[in-house]
Formats: sequence, C-alpha cells, structure tokens
Amino acid sequence: MTALLAIESVSKRFRGLRAVDRVSCEILPGQVFAVIGPNGAGKTTLFSMVAGVLRPDEGTITFAGERIDGRRPDEIARRGIGRTFQNVRPFPALSVEDNVVIGALLHAKDMEEALERAHQVIWQLDLFAKLRQPAAALALPDRKRLELARALATRPKLLLLDEVMAGLRPTETDQMVAILRELNRTTGVTILLIEHVMRAVMALASRVLVLHHGAAIADGTPEEVVRDPAVIQSYLGAEAL
Amino acid sequence: MSALWADTPLRGRVLAAVLLAAFLAAPLIADRYLISVLILVLYFAYVGQAWNLLMGFAGQLSLGHALYLGIGAYVAAALWIHFGVGPWLGVFAAIPIAALGGAFIGWLGWRFSIEGVYFALLTIAFAEFTRIGFDHWDFTGASAGFFLPIGGEAAAQWWNLGGGPLLFYYVALALATGATGLIAGLRRSALGYRWLAVREDAEAARALGINIFRARMAAMLISSSMTAVAGVFYAFYYRNLFPAQVFDIGRSIELILAPIIGGLGTVFGPIVGALILTPLGEALIAATQRLGLDAPGTKAVFYGLALMVIIWLRPNGVWPWLAGVLGIRSKGP
Repeated sequence: MTALLAIESVSKRFRGLRAVDRVSCEILPGQVFAVIGPNGAGKTTLFSMVAGVLRPDEGTITFAGERIDGRRPDEIARRGIGRTFQNVRPFPALSVEDNVVIGALLHAKDMEEALERAHQVIWQLDLFAKLRQPAAALALPDRKRLELARALATRPKLLLLDEVMAGLRPTETDQMVAILRELNRTTGVTILLIEHVMRAVMALASRVLVLHHGAAIADGTPEEVVRDPAVIQSYLGAEAL
Repeated sequence: MSALWADTPLRGRVLAAVLLAAFLAAPLIADRYLISVLILVLYFAYVGQAWNLLMGFAGQLSLGHALYLGIGAYVAAALWIHFGVGPWLGVFAAIPIAALGGAFIGWLGWRFSIEGVYFALLTIAFAEFTRIGFDHWDFTGASAGFFLPIGGEAAAQWWNLGGGPLLFYYVALALATGATGLIAGLRRSALGYRWLAVREDAEAARALGINIFRARMAAMLISSSMTAVAGVFYAFYYRNLFPAQVFDIGRSIELILAPIIGGLGTVFGPIVGALILTPLGEALIAATQRLGLDAPGTKAVFYGLALMVIIWLRPNGVWPWLAGVLGIRSKGP
C-alpha cells in the first residue's frame, strides 16, 4: 500500500539548534499514527511542517502523491489535511454552528450543503445541544470537540491532532479516544497525532514514532515501542518497566 | 435575497419595513432642516456600512477611509468639470480608482504582515499623502478648493445629480438601503463566513483552507468601492471640495463612529448608530447655542462625553442590546 503521507529525511533548524533532524516516516491510509517524545523533542516542529506553518530546511513531505512541503497552510488544508491546535482556537465569538459551517464551506458547493455537513458533524461529536452557543462559552472538553468538528467538516483525508488530550480528565480522555476510534473506523480517516498521554496513544495508535532531540529513535507498534530500551531511557523513564 | 428575507425573524422584517416606510414618507412632514439632518443620517449609515464591512466583518481596522471618499469625490467632480462627464457615469470611474488605492494599501499591509494598529497607521498615512498631493494639484484646484456650479442650469438636473434636498435625500436613502441589503446578503454568504473566520483567528482560518489574503482583499475592494460612491454623493451634495476637509483624518473618524456605537460586525449597527449620533450632534449644536455656550469646541466636548457614556453603557454597541429588547434574535452574531 502506498503511503498517504510520506516524510523523507526532513530537518528544521532554529539558529543552529536542530529541532528536527532527518526524520522519516510513512503513514498509510486508514492508520492512526502517533508521534511521542519528551518536551522539546521536535514533535510540534514536525507537525507544523506537515501543516504548512513551517517550511523544512531539508527533506520532502509528500501527501497523496504530491509534494506539499513549503506550501501555505490553506493550500494544504484544501488538499485534504485537517488540523487542531495545541492551544484550542475555535472562533470565540461565533456559535458552534457557525464555527463548523466555516470548516464545511471548504468543499461544499453552496451554503445549504455546508450547513448540512456541519449539522452532520455536530451530531457525530455530540455538540448539537450547544448549536447556538458561542464557542467562548464552552468548557475545554467541548472546545476541543468543537475544534475537531470544525476540522472534520472540511472532509479531510488526514487529520492532524496536536495534543488533543492535553488538559482533559481521564474520563474525558477516554471519551475522546472513543470518538477518534469511531471516526477512524467508520470514515476511514487517517489520523496523525502528537500526544503526551500514553494511555491514549496505547489505546488508539497502530503505529508510533518516538522523537528525541529532534531525531527518530524508534518506530513501531505501540507494544514494540514501549519495550524499546532507548525509548524507556529517554522518555518513559525506568519506572515504566 | 428572498432566502435572506425568509431567514430574518418576523419582528426584524416588520422593523425593517417600518423603518424604510418611515424614511420614504418622511419628506411629507419634514421641513428643509430636518431633511438635511436625515440626509446626514443616511450618508453616515451608508459609509458606516462600508467601513463596518472591513472592520466589523473582516477585522481590519482602517482609519483612512477618507482616502476612498476623497478619491470618489474628486474623480467624479473632475470628470464633470473638465470633461462634462456626469456623476452617474463618473461613479464608474471613481469606483475602480478608489478600489485600486484600497488594493494597494491592502497588498502592502497583508503581503508584508502589517497587522492591527500598524495597518491602521498605514491607512492614515495614505490618506495624508493623498491630501498633501491634492493640496498641490492645480488640476483640481489645489488647496484653494474645487467648486461645482450651483444654481442656474445645474439646479434641477437630476441626471447630473443637481437639484434640491429631496433628490439627495432619496439618493441617500437608496444608497443606505442598497448597502444594508448587500451587507446582509454578504453576511450569510460563504465569503461572509470566511471574513468572520479571518476576523476571529487568522491562523485557524488558514488551517480550514481559507486564503486570508484573498478574503481580506475582497473586503477591502468592496469597502473602498462603496466609500467611493459616497464620495461622489458628497461632491455633488456639497458642491465644493477642499483636500484639507475631504481627506482629513477627522473625516475618517466621523464615519467609523456610527458602526462602533451601533454595534461592530452587525448588519443594523451602522443604521442605529447613525440614527443616534447625527441627531445627537445636531441637538448639541442647538442646545449649546441656546445656552450661550457657543465657544469653539463646546459641542465637541459634549459629543465626546455622550460617546463615552454610550460606550460605557453598551460596550458591544446599541443594536445587539436593542435587538434583545425588541425580541429580534438573528441567527448569527
């Protein structure tokens, strides 16, 4: 199977610091792929290059057979990559409905279709009761789900999730895991997630890439990765044994 | 348009219809003075709509809309005086020239990431350059002013936008009504939603596939074009143009007050704001004169105080509150 997203020896430097150092990986269609690593490992930098916020210094990023490295975020979104932000940023003054409609407009031919798509996604993520509420009035778990809904409304082939579990309580994390699993199962959407919450990674990911000091130190199934001595050493800590 | 009308709550429709009917019928009872005040109300409602489109919807602060107003005024006046081209035709020259100016400022600002207050400074700078340029351009009378003929033949030529207050009143009413319809339609369009997204969070908007440069530019082109039309109206209504007045920053400021007081980013805000502010200004003039307080600046002081009180009481503008009181809840913000 050819990769939906192929990252090939991508590097990014910030004033001499190698934030990402020749990282390569392939994400297959339908996969849930997690990138983990300690703070400052380069996860967010890698993510930003895929999303078009940063341009790689070296290497290529190919999405659905097309080079996307160096393209603008809106061009990348149009090609079928949806994303969420580490610090959630739904449009605060707009209602839940309007937030999601804006996402749906990307590939809808008219307002009617966008509204229909938006309502469908809002149902799916269980936000319908809050349809008319402004995003600013929602609690954090709802804001996170709203951001997910907005990204899904663009009908992405690949969903980039930047620490979507951060700040959630364990029960809320489990809910989010269930939502993502269901999405992946029913729509076949490919998911690339950056995550700190190992509980979520173990439950969701079929493949895990571990970054440390900008370099990939392990790549495999969650079970393989957590048993890898280098990963335990640098990230999980000896007590994880 | 019909879908838009159907989307508006019943009380909103009734209010809009009553307001329009009142304006249509006003000349039956209003005297010459009241008509002149209502012309100003409609003028400020119209330019307020134009400015609110850029600021209230697309989130870009312009403090230099006098530029488009002035360009519109001077282009139409120069075409009429030097080439005998009437304003109904001249407006179609004024629009693209003003829009080109807007496009240039937008390009400079957004291409080079000049955002927020710095963008506002850029808009002021261009209005000022242009004022200085026109101050020295003899073709349009330089600082001594540019005058359109009054009386005689020009007096009753509606086809050349010459005539009495009633002509200007109905032209202004048509402009304000048309602008409100246009803005209401745009608000519900895909483009309108993109503007709101860009206003709320440009980075998040980009992640949803929105080309923020293009969205902002569209708002700028429509806003500057609309303002140029107001400029043509201004030139033929006042029939004299001085760069120091038309391009003045005070001109830019006065046209942003109605939408701010009425409610930024709302469709009815600029109308409500204009309905409050213009009569308030006129009343203050009358009151200060009657009280013998006609020292220079007295009116401005009271006007400023009144603005502060309104903003203090209704920081989101009068219209969102008024809509709540009247039981009109629109679907959007």
